Amino acid sequence: MLMIRRDLVDAMVGHARRDHPDEACGVVAGPVGSDRPERLIEMANAERSPTFYRFDATEQLRVWRAMDAADEEPAVIYHSHTATEAYPSRTDISYASQPDAHYVLVSTRDPDSHELRSYRIIDGEVTEEPVEVVESYMFSHNGADDVPDAP
Amino acid sequence: MAVTVSVPTILRTHTGGEKSVDASGSTVAEVIEDLDTRHSGIKGRLVKDGSLHRFINVYVNDEDVRFAGGLEAAVHDGDNVTILPAVAGGCAPAREWETVL
Repeated sequence: MLMIRRDLVDAMVGHARRDHPDEACGVVAGPVGSDRPERLIEMANAERSPTFYRFDATEQLRVWRAMDAADEEPAVIYHSHTATEAYPSRTDISYASQPDAHYVLVSTRDPDSHELRSYRIIDGEVTEEPVEVVESYMFSHNGADDVPDAP
Repeated sequence: MAVTVSVPTILRTHTGGEKSVDASGSTVAEVIEDLDTRHSGIKGRLVKDGSLHRFINVYVNDEDVRFAGGLEAAVHDGDNVTILPAVAGGCAPAREWETVL
């Protein structure tokens, strides 16, 4: 399951809408091992295309180094589909290389409502997972350090 | 030329879990050859048909080697070679996309 804060969902959808009809892409970093997306980084789509995206390689190096320095990892890798459903394409699957990341797809093909879905993609196998949108991680039972043990 | 190579998570199965390994060579190709002698199989993950795999980005220090000669890009003593998986995808290849519509 992907548990994610509402403001991060709004930011991903806003980015996808803003770049429509080109595909938008980005990453949400979280502390290593936490599975908790916290810091959203909009990435440039080096392809500027309605059918393809690629992180700009130089920007990716900078962002990955910053994550490394902050003990973060990519918790979410997101991109938009602007004319098709929010389901990973064969291209998405062949490039997916982060077994620990949630691959989030936002479809903006409907101008009035978006579709946001999340997947694990491991060794070419796609598994959809539920998305729980929360206001804050503070009160969600998601991780040992979030909720104190009962006395 | 002795260099340090930063290895991404997906390739650490070849390096016994090590995030950073030493290698030598005067070009990226030579560094990869050298890595493969100690970390068997890593070359096959990086190189396809004599050029860098499209799924992989390689940097010498801060420079993407695609703009510096690819596998023939020069490396110097003390350089850092970083390997990162490219992050890419998209709704479909253009031809397929037209048939979807």
